[in-house]
Amino acid sequence: MRFVVRRLSMFLFTLWAAMTLNFFIPRFMPGNPLQALEARTRAKLSPAALESILSSFGYKPNAGLIPQYFTYLKDMLTGQWGQSIGLSLGEPVRDIILQAMPWTLGLIGLTTVIAFLLGNVAGIVAGWRRGGTLDSWLPSTLVVTANLPYYWVGMLLILLFATTLNWLPADFNYDPSILPGFSPGYVGSVLQHAVLPAFTLLVTSIGGWILTMRNNMITTVAEDYVRMARAKGLADRKIMFNYAARNAMLPNISGFAMSLGFVLSGSVLVEYVFNYPGLGYQLLNAVDNNDYPLMQVLFMLYTVAVLFSLLAADFLMVWLDPRAREKG
Amino acid sequence: MKFASLVQNRKALIGLILFGITALVAVFPGLFASQSDADTIGAFSPNLGLSTAHLLGTTSYGQDIFSQLVFGARQVLVIALVAGAFATVLAVLIGITAAYMGGLVDEALSLFTNVVLILPTFPLMIILARYAGTSNWVMIIVLVVTGWSYGANQMRAQALSLRNRDFLEAARVRGERRSYIILFEMMPTMTSLIVANFLGSALYSVLAASGLQFIGLGNKSSDSWGTMLYWADSQEALQAGNAMWIIAPGLAIAVLSAAFALMNYAFDEIGNPALRPVRRKDLRKARKVDTEAEKGAEHVYVDAA
Repeated sequence: MRFVVRRLSMFLFTLWAAMTLNFFIPRFMPGNPLQALEARTRAKLSPAALESILSSFGYKPNAGLIPQYFTYLKDMLTGQWGQSIGLSLGEPVRDIILQAMPWTLGLIGLTTVIAFLLGNVAGIVAGWRRGGTLDSWLPSTLVVTANLPYYWVGMLLILLFATTLNWLPADFNYDPSILPGFSPGYVGSVLQHAVLPAFTLLVTSIGGWILTMRNNMITTVAEDYVRMARAKGLADRKIMFNYAARNAMLPNISGFAMSLGFVLSGSVLVEYVFNYPGLGYQLLNAVDNNDYPLMQVLFMLYTVAVLFSLLAADFLMVWLDPRAREKG
Repeated sequence: MKFASLVQNRKALIGLILFGITALVAVFPGLFASQSDADTIGAFSPNLGLSTAHLLGTTSYGQDIFSQLVFGARQVLVIALVAGAFATVLAVLIGITAAYMGGLVDEALSLFTNVVLILPTFPLMIILARYAGTSNWVMIIVLVVTGWSYGANQMRAQALSLRNRDFLEAARVRGERRSYIILFEMMPTMTSLIVANFLGSALYSVLAASGLQFIGLGNKSSDSWGTMLYWADSQEALQAGNAMWIIAPGLAIAVLSAAFALMNYAFDEIGNPALRPVRRKDLRKARKVDTEAEKGAEHVYVDAA
């Protein structure tokens, strides 16, 4: 019980801290939505007209910071997210989010899961076959690929597969000439457009999983219960997966949860390079145009996603690992 | 942590060499670049191909790409080293203080660390960098503010495991001051973790700073690899057929981060011998001993490791 209370209070406190930061940082820094709007309309409208436009969307520049802060907290939590005052002026923030969310979840979420699964299997095998050919060159290569600037990898892939070979599209989420729906043409187009960004993420994220899994396996393989299993004469494959891998996976679970939580926010640069209209792309739009309402909601969603996955991981660990149960 | 063991580890050696080359270029750019100011717009004709005069061609602004690359090294390296150092100092201070003081101080510092750890880092960086301006100092502050928390958790964990050791107890009994115990008794035993943490923070800083510069949140008027990528991207270098403008700076970022990453990983291997690669000759030796002892060959893989 104490465990649950601790976790939940941590959850609330972090959420509050993130929301507070996100309220005050933009407001204490130079520049504001009014100036951004002025720059965008190239001073064709008078400042007073612009201000009235903005205030009709709920932006009150002259209200005090503290009352603004409390309305902000209330609105964020009750889902009254207001309207965009940036690029898509007047569009409800909720609609923007709902439009962008599936693309990010689909592309980045699926890629994260695939990277985790593939990476763990490769790591299990590499760690099991110590000294094999795979194991001798893999770590050094992976240390390098896992730390490549991934947006640059994306650009190279565009250069090779889109600009030079012309096999795959370089940007957007689907061909705009096709009507969205459950037609083979549309689904095919969506998949085609996802290949390069997904591959970019896979190349750069799989290395970390393989390495940590391999290293966990190596420590686990030296445990007495693995030796015991060998002594019992169990089949190699059985020892590898049912004895060693199951335990070696445990530390990776919270890492996986963390990376699932960062799905919403961790992909900003990939979406930028591929002009993929997901949440990360919207964040850059919002930041560029001082779109406070959109920025605030995105930041809150990012934090909530991480917090929820961490909570889930904690409870999962308690369920999976008796040692964690005792400690909690 | 001995320097010799660093050089003996192949990954560390490669990392050290790559880092050395970058550092050399960063300190003496004049030795490598053909130009003294790589930023002059229209110094040459735009979009030239590769030639002996322009090893990597020119940008669409008529700047020599190779010279820009050479002059760009310094900024990235300074940002990485300074941000890495400050983030490490912060991590050490907060982590060790939390562990050593315990109680309420520990609770508060740990909570603070975990909150910062959970905040979505890259979006926070974007917002900070966007509103705080684009100077390199702002960049460094942004990197330190978002980058210390992971290390602080590690430091705290290791310091906690030291807390009840006899040599610290002895120091307390001698009546040493708290600051003395933390600085001169605890910290020296944690050197390898601190160095590894510094390398990790520097790596993170290279990648994050370049990423921010790439989306135009760096100092756009000075040479830096991320900024080069930003200009190449905004001038549609790929479509213009000027691939080198994109390949070169990205590769440079990749090389520098590989240097830090390899050294960092090597530190893990040195600290945890089980992870070291199994060399063929060691294996053969082990197998020989093993057959002599008439054991199953199966164990060799495990034991030799």
